[in-house]
Amino acid sequence: MAAAGTGYRRERALALRNSSSALYNNLAVLCPPARPPRAFGAVHGTTLSLLGPEGPPRQLPARGGGSALSTPLLTQAAWCELPARVLLVLTSQRGVQMYEADGSTLVFWHALDVPEHPAVFLEIRPCRGCVGKQGRVPTEPLRALPAPLRTIRQHFGSCVSSSRGLRGSPGARGSARARPEPSLSQEAAGDLVTADDSGTLCLWSTGEEFTLLGKIPGSGCTCSSVTLWNGIVAAGYGNGQIRLWEAGTGQLRAQVSAHARWIYALDLAPLTGKLLSGAEDSFVHVWKLSRDPDTDDVEIQHCHAECVTDTQVCGARFCDPAGDTFAVTGYDLSEILCYGPA
Amino acid sequence: MSARTLPLLFLNLGGEMLYILDQRLRAQSIPGEKARKDEWTDVDRKRVMNDIISTMFNRKFMEELFKPQELYSKKALRTVYDRLAHASIMRLNQASMDKLYDLMTMAFKYQVLLCPRPRDILLVTFNHLDAIKDFIYESPAILNQVDETFRQLIETYNCLPDGEFQLIRQTLLIFFQDMHIRVSIFLKDKVQNSNGRFVLPISGPVPWGTEVPGLIRIFNHKGVEVKRTEFTTAGNYVTPQREGSFELYGDRVLKLGTNMYSVSRPVETHMAGSSKNLASRAKENTVPNPLAKEELNFLARLLGGLDIQKPAGGETGFRLNLFTTDEEEEHAAQTRPEDLSYKVINIEATQEPGRRAELSRILGELEVAEPRPGSAEKGEDLLALMDGL
Repeated sequence: MAAAGTGYRRERALALRNSSSALYNNLAVLCPPARPPRAFGAVHGTTLSLLGPEGPPRQLPARGGGSALSTPLLTQAAWCELPARVLLVLTSQRGVQMYEADGSTLVFWHALDVPEHPAVFLEIRPCRGCVGKQGRVPTEPLRALPAPLRTIRQHFGSCVSSSRGLRGSPGARGSARARPEPSLSQEAAGDLVTADDSGTLCLWSTGEEFTLLGKIPGSGCTCSSVTLWNGIVAAGYGNGQIRLWEAGTGQLRAQVSAHARWIYALDLAPLTGKLLSGAEDSFVHVWKLSRDPDTDDVEIQHCHAECVTDTQVCGARFCDPAGDTFAVTGYDLSEILCYGPA
Repeated sequence: MSARTLPLLFLNLGGEMLYILDQRLRAQSIPGEKARKDEWTDVDRKRVMNDIISTMFNRKFMEELFKPQELYSKKALRTVYDRLAHASIMRLNQASMDKLYDLMTMAFKYQVLLCPRPRDILLVTFNHLDAIKDFIYESPAILNQVDETFRQLIETYNCLPDGEFQLIRQTLLIFFQDMHIRVSIFLKDKVQNSNGRFVLPISGPVPWGTEVPGLIRIFNHKGVEVKRTEFTTAGNYVTPQREGSFELYGDRVLKLGTNMYSVSRPVETHMAGSSKNLASRAKENTVPNPLAKEELNFLARLLGGLDIQKPAGGETGFRLNLFTTDEEEEHAAQTRPEDLSYKVINIEATQEPGRRAELSRILGELEVAEPRPGSAEKGEDLLALMDGL
């Protein structure tokens, strides 16, 4: 095994109230910098299994659309660290819900107008909010919000109103990732990348409006998870491959036969460029991305492999910005497995 | 989630049901001349299989099935299989029906989990249909019905992209979530652990279209490959030899979905021991079901399409036992954990008299077509359904 960094070992398993569903990127971790992870969340059907820093594990149900309709299935959950506060955002077949970080209070709910095209992917990073849709996008205006939430609505609103451009191929799903870029290259100040079922990647610049900067055409293989680091797009595909693309030019820089099955989760540790990948083949891999500033060479090395026996991994996240610790969950697993430095 | 999941779920579960019924009927059959009045013969077995298969594949029923719709609960779906299993001269007690449904669902859960590619769920379905055609090859009319459905499957699903199949698979996995019933044939073959979870091998052929893990290729900014490195893991994978056929006839290559039961291997199930997962499922069972009205409508539409034939007068029903003895069946009925029982759906009284009348009529029509005298349980089930209206 090529060892380009520290190894890891399993530290502990945290019990959830429910098992995790087989959904892409199905693990949310709240890890404020310089502190141990505060909370975890994994979607189970119509509820979110929540594990806070103290107290027993809990459940947060999705909001229904009315008494005649069945409770909608949740598709993803993530913590959004905005400048003033942290929100817990849930996307479902029926819309988007935002809660206080501990899941105690619902602060905002946006219902989608077209029930056949649910909100499915979500990634929220500081200062930006982005919620995508399967196929079509909502066009109705947002509800009025109380004053303290206006900042959030502004960001969310800009996303919703221009998310017409976030449409991938019809009926597509996928994932989106935005990252605050401290060192953006001159030509492409992209800080959001989206992916869809056809494998097409779109690079956006976020602001008052979302601007499409470029597209990397897909080859028909679904891209289920995508992340952005240092001008490099890292994408995980249904055929088990990880590909690294140059964000500015769309050039393929690396191709890894990483997994034997569909990749479900990718995460990135921004301080070190470590990449975490989890797939249906029961494996979780840690990789190291690097970019030589002089030669512009892009490298990816394999650091570590973990096999989660008899489990199809559906969620994998780093628990600190340097990537020294990570957490994993899988389909039908009622636990979150935590790994730390060996 | 996907609105195209139901046909695949229904056909595969139906296929597993037929495998199990066929195995039990063969195990319990007696040579024709020696049979007493209440014992099975080979002729009876073929007749039961023909009746069930022709009911399952009837055109009106298939039309309803293929309409884009959400998946309903396990309870609602079980009602449909209950009706199907009783589409002939055979009848099953509650305990046997429970066991049958457990086996069917665990078998298909296993197949969905182990499918190499999401698209291979279609190959699993084709395996089931190929076997069904073998059961009724002597009846050209029924064979035609099955081929029609086969063609409809090909037309509906062959063109779907992989991402859509993965969505179907994820929808199915939500349906099967938290089911860990232990099946003896799986335990013996070491495909299931004693905790009820399936063994996921990390060796063998990779899915068609996937490369064996291990290679890293680096390209420069002009797109020229400049470096290759390798990494190793505990997995032991090989390249697959060929892809299965998605045509009406062909070698499917995949073994998932073929008949794993044989007369000499009686199949038992064990309820998983109490675990915290069961707590959440028990909660799901006791909370009044807000879906009940929708589910009843779905059932009415689906069952309305079931064309149950009444056999020639004077015949009594034969009871099939999924257990080895009657005592075992009785014991299983009494000891089944409360939260794992497939109770009749709790139906809230609907306020619309027009809807109520319509449903009563449809259910009433089904009642009249029933071929079985002395089948107290089935009658009770229907009455319970109608009482709730």
